[in-house]
Amino acid sequence: MPIDTDTARKVAKLARIRVEETDLAALAQDLSGIIGFMEQLNEVDVTGVEPMTSVTPMRLARRNDVVTDGNIQAAVLANAPDAREGFFAVPKVVE
Amino acid sequence: MTEANALTIAAARDALRKGELSAVDLTMACLTAMDAGDGLNAFVHKTPEIALDQARAADARRGADAPDLNGIPLGIKDLFCTKGVPSQAASNILRGFRPEYESTVTAKLFDAGAVMLGKLNMDEFAMGSSNESSCYGPAVNPWKSDDRELTPGGSSGGSAAAVAADLCLAATGTDTGGSIRQPAAFTGIVGIKPTYGRVSRWGIVAFASSLDQAGPMTKTVRDAAIMLGAMAGHDAKDSTSADLAVPDFEAALTGDIRGKKIGIPREYRMDGMPAAIDKLWADGCAMLKDAGAEIVDISLPHTKYALPTYYVIAPAEASSNLARYDGVRYGHRAKLAQGDGITEMYEKTRAEGFGAEVQRRVMIGTYVLSAGFYDAYYNRARKVRALIKRDFEQAFAAGVDAILTPATPSAAFGLGEMANASPVEMYLNDVFTVTVNLAGLPGIAVPVGLDADGLPLGLQLIGRPWDEAGLLNHAYVLERAAGFVSKPAKWW
Repeated sequence: MPIDTDTARKVAKLARIRVEETDLAALAQDLSGIIGFMEQLNEVDVTGVEPMTSVTPMRLARRNDVVTDGNIQAAVLANAPDAREGFFAVPKVVE
Repeated sequence: MTEANALTIAAARDALRKGELSAVDLTMACLTAMDAGDGLNAFVHKTPEIALDQARAADARRGADAPDLNGIPLGIKDLFCTKGVPSQAASNILRGFRPEYESTVTAKLFDAGAVMLGKLNMDEFAMGSSNESSCYGPAVNPWKSDDRELTPGGSSGGSAAAVAADLCLAATGTDTGGSIRQPAAFTGIVGIKPTYGRVSRWGIVAFASSLDQAGPMTKTVRDAAIMLGAMAGHDAKDSTSADLAVPDFEAALTGDIRGKKIGIPREYRMDGMPAAIDKLWADGCAMLKDAGAEIVDISLPHTKYALPTYYVIAPAEASSNLARYDGVRYGHRAKLAQGDGITEMYEKTRAEGFGAEVQRRVMIGTYVLSAGFYDAYYNRARKVRALIKRDFEQAFAAGVDAILTPATPSAAFGLGEMANASPVEMYLNDVFTVTVNLAGLPGIAVPVGLDADGLPLGLQLIGRPWDEAGLLNHAYVLERAAGFVSKPAKWW
């Protein structure tokens, strides 16, 4: 199914990537090409096939429910673009 | 005598143990070669101080019982988090990021005495087959057939270029759809992608978590066996890491594959495949047959659906994994205008920080996971993936020990030559390798010959799950029979 500019705008919004209005047509065409390539999968008979959840059959390991880490506030914040008073700082979220 | 930087891991290990060479001298030779190799744009963050510190420590530890990698200088792909050293996955969104922690793989390598020369170029977030999506500009293949600069492949292009040009003894790579094996084939070196779960993914920047595996990129199969042994093993910090003993891979290199069954999948014979690739494949069959293996035709009927399956699953996982780059905790944050809120911060940061291919894949992934399309694309792809894996299981159940295929559909192409190609045309580079990631199997690229232009070509061997030891032994036989000793003429 070809992707139109409205769908491209919506996808960009969901992905939280700013795309200029003038670039949406080209993006839609790009995405349509790739989605078109995926349409081949409709030829495959997948009746009764379970979607793969894990490529090697394994039980997810469980560990003891204990604290193994912590008290590393400086390390956690060391790479933040804006850290203040022990917190990550971001623009105002609520009015 | 060979320059020390041109040694294999095995030769350097033996020379270090005998005291014929010091780790500091070996490291100095590599640092000199690295600096002289700037024209290849392979090393993007150099760490000579760390390298010399590690080399001195290795010299202090030297002796018969030191680990195999003690004092061995390596390059590390930029995708691995290395403590205090820039680790930015070749992306502008991670510019300035210096991890506060060490990836499990690099920690294991350093514990084994390895020396880090620096970080290696790659495609941004490992998304690409030519190294051209890197924020550092492309790495360049040391091989040439005329005056054009060629791609070393991708995504582990810097790793491949550095090893092929003897800037280091070996390098780490990662492989999500062929990113170790395709660049290895393009540069005439060896690269193995282990079974999914063999090597810990902890501390490696995630692209598509159900497909990503790290592995060694080396000058010989023996070196791959040595280095994989040091990288592999269970890690409680990666819940998909397998709790299995790591065999002695080097000891498995017996050179004896008599009676083994090698499968030749008919679906890998593509229309329009270059004659040189076809001949290489036939030559490889003959070599394994001469060594006493039995060649059998097999069918992997869902092969043609592997690429479209991959290009649903990998972007879907990437869109989820890359959601963390939001300008809050690390990396780049866009400059905001008056009145911009948090949504504008996310959107501007990600538009500035991600390159075109990464943006494209994140959006494709977002689309195939979005309400209304999840079943039609994502779930369908996961079902086809199960069928692709079943194809391999049936081949192995029928007694096949390993599968021989071409590694790539062509030799290395020129940088910029695919600039006007559609994304899908670029994706075709992965056609022979991507099935292996979807099925979670081990696969290895081995250099086998040169094409008419003098460029290296490789073949791929695919093994049973967890049988890297057997796979490496098959590769060892192929390597010895092919006798590939060519090196690129130095122009850089």
